[in-house]
Amino acid sequence: MTAAQAHRTIDALWRIESARIIAALTRLLRDVALAEELAQDALLAALEQWPRSGIPDNPGAWLMATAKHRAIDQLRRQRMLARKHEALGHELEMAQSDNDGRLEERADEAVGDDLLRLMFIACHPLLSTEARTALTLKLLAGLTTAEIARAFLVPEPTIAQRIVRAKRTLAAARVPFETLRPEQLRERLSSVMEVIYLVFNEGYSATGGEHWVRHSMCEEALRLGRVLAELAPRDAEAHGLVALMEIQASRLKARIGAGGEPILLMQQNRALWDRLLIQRGLIALARGEALGESRGPYLLQAAIAACHARAASPAETDWVLITALYDELARLTPSPVVELNRAVAVSMAYGPAAGLELTDRLAAQGVLRSYHLLPSVRGDLLARLGRYEEARGEFERAAALTHNTRECRLLRERAAACEDERDEEE
Amino acid sequence: MRVMVIVKATKDSEAGVLPSTEVLTEMGRFNEELIKAGVMLSGDGLRASSHGVRVRFGGGRSTVIDGPFTETKELIAGFWLWQVKSIDEAVEWIRRSPFRKGSEEIEIRPVLEAEDFGERLTPELRAQEAGQRARAAGKS
Repeated sequence: MTAAQAHRTIDALWRIESARIIAALTRLLRDVALAEELAQDALLAALEQWPRSGIPDNPGAWLMATAKHRAIDQLRRQRMLARKHEALGHELEMAQSDNDGRLEERADEAVGDDLLRLMFIACHPLLSTEARTALTLKLLAGLTTAEIARAFLVPEPTIAQRIVRAKRTLAAARVPFETLRPEQLRERLSSVMEVIYLVFNEGYSATGGEHWVRHSMCEEALRLGRVLAELAPRDAEAHGLVALMEIQASRLKARIGAGGEPILLMQQNRALWDRLLIQRGLIALARGEALGESRGPYLLQAAIAACHARAASPAETDWVLITALYDELARLTPSPVVELNRAVAVSMAYGPAAGLELTDRLAAQGVLRSYHLLPSVRGDLLARLGRYEEARGEFERAAALTHNTRECRLLRERAAACEDERDEEE
Repeated sequence: MRVMVIVKATKDSEAGVLPSTEVLTEMGRFNEELIKAGVMLSGDGLRASSHGVRVRFGGGRSTVIDGPFTETKELIAGFWLWQVKSIDEAVEWIRRSPFRKGSEEIEIRPVLEAEDFGERLTPELRAQEAGQRARAAGKS
């Protein structure tokens, strides 16, 4: 075996095993920073030994055992230190040997719960969203600081700093590694889901030159989401999140044109949608809905995405159902963006005039003043009503608001098209 | 990246010998592990080649040949689609599969992505190719 081969194997193993090892060590040590450090130590030991001795038969178990030994050594050292300070006698030593037995035992308990608890720690509400995201990708997806930096278009030291600070915050607050009460579980799960969906959107929204690199964030998020749904199989929203991401990811190849320009859902070539991901999404949605809870925001958004995924064309879409789902979503998480999407659905189900009325209300509230999609949608609805002059004005406004140069060009083209239509009418 | 993990046929699989309960249990456990890690996208086993046919083209004609086929090593008995970070990761996963105790040969191949074709695949061709794939999968 060459050193290069050993390195490739070890990289791959780290990807598969690191989260479980760090989680198991965190349970033993109650210190996530130290757990990660010792897990890394085990990895270094492998890098040193394997090129010479060959890769062991069960390399995953080797890494886990090596890391655990280090953790137990560490605990013994800490105890010795404590004992020296307290100068306790023979009695404690008896208790000590008994404790060691239990240590080994504790080290071998099931890892599923550990992984979920590690997710809760990495996504702790004490941490900023940015810190949670970086820590989750590092500890649970096994990404390097450099990989995270590349995906988020930030310098590597910035990410490294974020991670160091996050660990310090966790240590200072003595965040426990334990099972949560049911009433806490819901809240902490949504914190994890928020981070996962944020990572997904980081990849999904990428349209720039390196967008293929950043699309890998969608894969990371999907993977974390699938892991979470297996760890919390009775949580309907976890399945909802997976369903939403699978279905959205199915459109990745269709949503960017040959020139790199973004293509909106209605204009996408549906033949480019990934059928395998759609099927997976629909299955995840059914699993979530089968749990019979009232639907949360992820399940509702997934149900909406599923309506599109099932339809062969925009015209064949069940817009009445989508409108009803948006009504439910708006009641649950009222927001101007949901309202705007609802307006689009209403316009498809009940005609552009009904949709326009809803956007009038939004425009009057002035809440989405700097959001280019409001005038963009209004322009679309006005054009469908044949009110080209007003439509042109809205598209111009939208073009001025967007920061994306390609989108800007697209909107100016639509404005120009409206002008042509108007001129033809005159 | 997406990879196809191809399980080559063996004498047993070609003879239609189905795996024992023990092997099935182990395979179930392995699949469970893949699902829990978010790696497995899909997978299936195939019937022996005696149930299959080959369609051979040449000279503008097509000939249908009924199975079974010989040269076992070139036949496949099953496949998975996995989502992994690298082909090395797929190798590490297959190393812990129940096959580690057998004598099967497994081939791992990355699925070709549209961007692999570069400019050779025009947007029109891309759409056409994907359209065919969608029809083959059946519209759901």
